[in-house]
Amino acid sequence: MPDPQPLSKPELNRSFSELYRTHLRDVYSYAYYRVGNHHDAEDLTEQTFLQAYRHYERALRESNGRPLRPWLIRIAHNLAANYYRDRARRPESAIEDAAVISAPHTTETLVEGREELGQILTGVQQLPDDRREALIMRFALGMDNREIARALGRSDGATKVLLHRAIKQLEGIVGGNGSGPEAKQRQEDEP
Amino acid sequence: MSTTEFEARLRAALHPVEPPEDFVVRLERGLVELHELATDELEAWELRAMRDPRNWARPAAAAVVGAGAGAALVVLRVRGRHRRRRAQAGNVLDLAERTVRDLADEARRLLPGGD
Repeated sequence: MPDPQPLSKPELNRSFSELYRTHLRDVYSYAYYRVGNHHDAEDLTEQTFLQAYRHYERALRESNGRPLRPWLIRIAHNLAANYYRDRARRPESAIEDAAVISAPHTTETLVEGREELGQILTGVQQLPDDRREALIMRFALGMDNREIARALGRSDGATKVLLHRAIKQLEGIVGGNGSGPEAKQRQEDEP
Repeated sequence: MSTTEFEARLRAALHPVEPPEDFVVRLERGLVELHELATDELEAWELRAMRDPRNWARPAAAAVVGAGAGAALVVLRVRGRHRRRRAQAGNVLDLAERTVRDLADEARRLLPGGD
């Protein structure tokens, strides 16, 4: 099949602007939950879009019409990995400010209190990197299994298992039995 | 608590975070500047390409029109640097002087035997 007609420069710019407008909040949310504070989340978001801009034409060509959100999140994921490697640190144990916890929730009735929300967020930060990322992509960004699989470079099946285990482990942590030595041992025993 | 309930709470805890307004302004300004830099680079490439006779075939038509593609490129390139000159210039006279000097330099570079 012949390659699709390449976009002109103005078309490419318009298309990138659209991608930026549509996914700025996704990238920022991912970055925020990944690094735990606004300052570093801004840095990470900026670097993600600068890098995306540089490689956009090729990504568009190679995407074969598939959505580019997983590609964008993958850039953020790789940059975040470098961020931790360079600074030799893990994400902060608690999400930086109370704004996240006290922000108005549309699902307020489902959440019993701030304390529980705080526990969940702290629990998410205690998860291994891949599980934490999968949960952020699913619940903060609303990505489906296929999108998460593409962003993490895994198969759909492996992603489904990853999500299942992440939720189970988090349930254990929040329930008070998931962060101790036995839980860590259980996690290591899992294939 | 069932897993479905737990997932609902997880969804509520991990709600999307809006980027701060001032950051969005900064980010968009950065992207526009990057785009302009890329455009500048493209113009510079066009200018370099014009100095190679093998690339003269296409602009030949423009040359016939009058001023020629080279002159058009000089203007394009010089206009592209206008903002930087404006930032450097102390006053309007200084800016005009810098612009004329830039035009002359650019034209010299395009002339046969220019560097």
